[in-house]
Amino acid sequence: MSLLNRVETLAGVLSHAFGEVLEESSIQRDELTVRVSTEHWLATALRLRDEFGFEQLIDLCGMDYSTYPHWSRPRFGIVVHLLSIQHNLRLRIKIASPEGPVPLVESVVTVWSVANWFEREAFDLFGIVFSGHPDLRRLLTDYGFVGHPFRKDFPVSGFVEMRYDPEQKRVIYQPVSIPPREVIPRKTRPEHYGDTA
Amino acid sequence: MAEIRNYTMNFGPQHPAAHGVLRLVLELDGEVIERADPHIGLLHRGTEKLAETRTFLQSVPYMDRLDYVSMMCNEHAYVLAIEKLLQVDVPIRAQYIRVMFDEITRILNHLLWIGAHALDIGAMTVFLYAFREREDLVDCYEAVSGARLHAAYYRPGGVYRDLPERMPQHLANKEVRGGRSDAKAQRLNRNRQGSLLDFIEDFVDRFPNYLDDYHNLLTDNRIWKQRTVGIGVVTPERALSLGFTGPMLRGSGVAWDLRKKQPYETYAEMDFDIPVGVNGDCYDRYLVRMEEMKQSNRIVRQCIDWLRRNPGPVITDNHKVAPPSRESMKENMEELIHHFKLFTEGMHVPPGETLASVEAPKGEFAIYLVSDGANKPYRLKIRAPGFAHMAGLDEMSRGHMIADVVAIIGTQDIVFGEVDR
Repeated sequence: MSLLNRVETLAGVLSHAFGEVLEESSIQRDELTVRVSTEHWLATALRLRDEFGFEQLIDLCGMDYSTYPHWSRPRFGIVVHLLSIQHNLRLRIKIASPEGPVPLVESVVTVWSVANWFEREAFDLFGIVFSGHPDLRRLLTDYGFVGHPFRKDFPVSGFVEMRYDPEQKRVIYQPVSIPPREVIPRKTRPEHYGDTA
Repeated sequence: MAEIRNYTMNFGPQHPAAHGVLRLVLELDGEVIERADPHIGLLHRGTEKLAETRTFLQSVPYMDRLDYVSMMCNEHAYVLAIEKLLQVDVPIRAQYIRVMFDEITRILNHLLWIGAHALDIGAMTVFLYAFREREDLVDCYEAVSGARLHAAYYRPGGVYRDLPERMPQHLANKEVRGGRSDAKAQRLNRNRQGSLLDFIEDFVDRFPNYLDDYHNLLTDNRIWKQRTVGIGVVTPERALSLGFTGPMLRGSGVAWDLRKKQPYETYAEMDFDIPVGVNGDCYDRYLVRMEEMKQSNRIVRQCIDWLRRNPGPVITDNHKVAPPSRESMKENMEELIHHFKLFTEGMHVPPGETLASVEAPKGEFAIYLVSDGANKPYRLKIRAPGFAHMAGLDEMSRGHMIADVVAIIGTQDIVFGEVDR
């Protein structure tokens, strides 16, 4: 059976088993993507591992869609990539975190241990809070860092810079002195732009 | 009676056995580890954020700097992701070149790993031997790309250029006293008389003997076995839950290799075996990686045979993705425009998302690429195998001695470029 057939079978099985919990399901380039509603994420994850053989969580990453063109869903969400070793299949799951003062998603550390650090990373870089996480600390940024650097409204050059101050004889933080610049502007062209003949 | 308390100890960030910039906070009961809390991020450069502000082509060299001992494998995942979104076809010769260099990279990575791992646990000689062999392999990198480490050789649509017909030569140096003499230069150039493929073939012929040397030094070595057998045991179930991939997973007895199970490029045509461990300890992972080097050697040999027989293009002729040749650019207005647009504005990748995974030497290295149709990625997420392995360090080292932590860091083959990104 070709990969596409197997992925289509998986999509059918999942939509039959989960019904309303899967908000959307699509296959592009032989990759199956499903959207799981936020409140059912933990329960779905548990069933995916135990009943459908997705033993491995390959990746979990935060997303900030605030500048994505024509985006009507909540700004923050997570994207999870699962791998089933027994069935040799992959699955991409998207969970939107509802609009609110703090983006909140259920933690799946109890399902896949590796989610621990992936969730800490998403918290650190995007400020997504994972309820039920045992140890939600910053992971990659400096001790005492303020803000969530991978959000789209966080400039690449940051807000503060660090230097040694000879008068105070210590390292100090100060506002960034380099103006942000963009060498090549971000540009979107209409489809078939510049096609010859 | 005095109160007995656990105490915490800092390991790193500048400990030579910490493989870079790892800071470990160890909670100890005597010399036994109760908890290990890795503090990572000291090498965090925000590669994913930087990639959002650069064109697709400009980010290729950033990929080299992730796992900086298996450079081309990182590039491979990145260009695969772009190619999947663009749906461009890669010439078959470029695919073979990529497979060959992936395997050269695997040997390169495992040589550094065996050297550093052995050095950490007290065997000095292997390190020197491994670096002698690495020298030849970085020369291969240099011959194709001009750079010994950060190659930027894989490009969306193929590879930057074809394999050179001539190897660079060592020169005598008579200006410095004690410099290289003519005779010495001649000796060094002995296996560089032919093309790059001849040079690689010469290495492939020699390499199994080198591997035997390492086996002689380590495999039955009493000290080596005392330091690795039964250390850092991971059961297959835990290895899966902890997100281990690559040799870390195979060492625990799970036969899973993307090159076999989800073959990309021309791996489906290659004849090679996947070694699998039994006990899931450091010694088994050592044996798995040693065997992987042998199998990589086999794959490289098959690629050499194929590449000798089949000349052809090495990059796509779609000039919205890859630049036109120098000559046609100078003669043809259309090509000149393509060249100019490609290097100023960059290529436009259709909206969509994809995950491209490769079996990097350390495990599954994946790129999750989201494009909104612009000339830059909307989001690039790098799934580094070392990140998951590092997260498993706490569980692997519990109940072991401090000295065993060094063995466990060594067996995980940690490189901070990819953990911190």
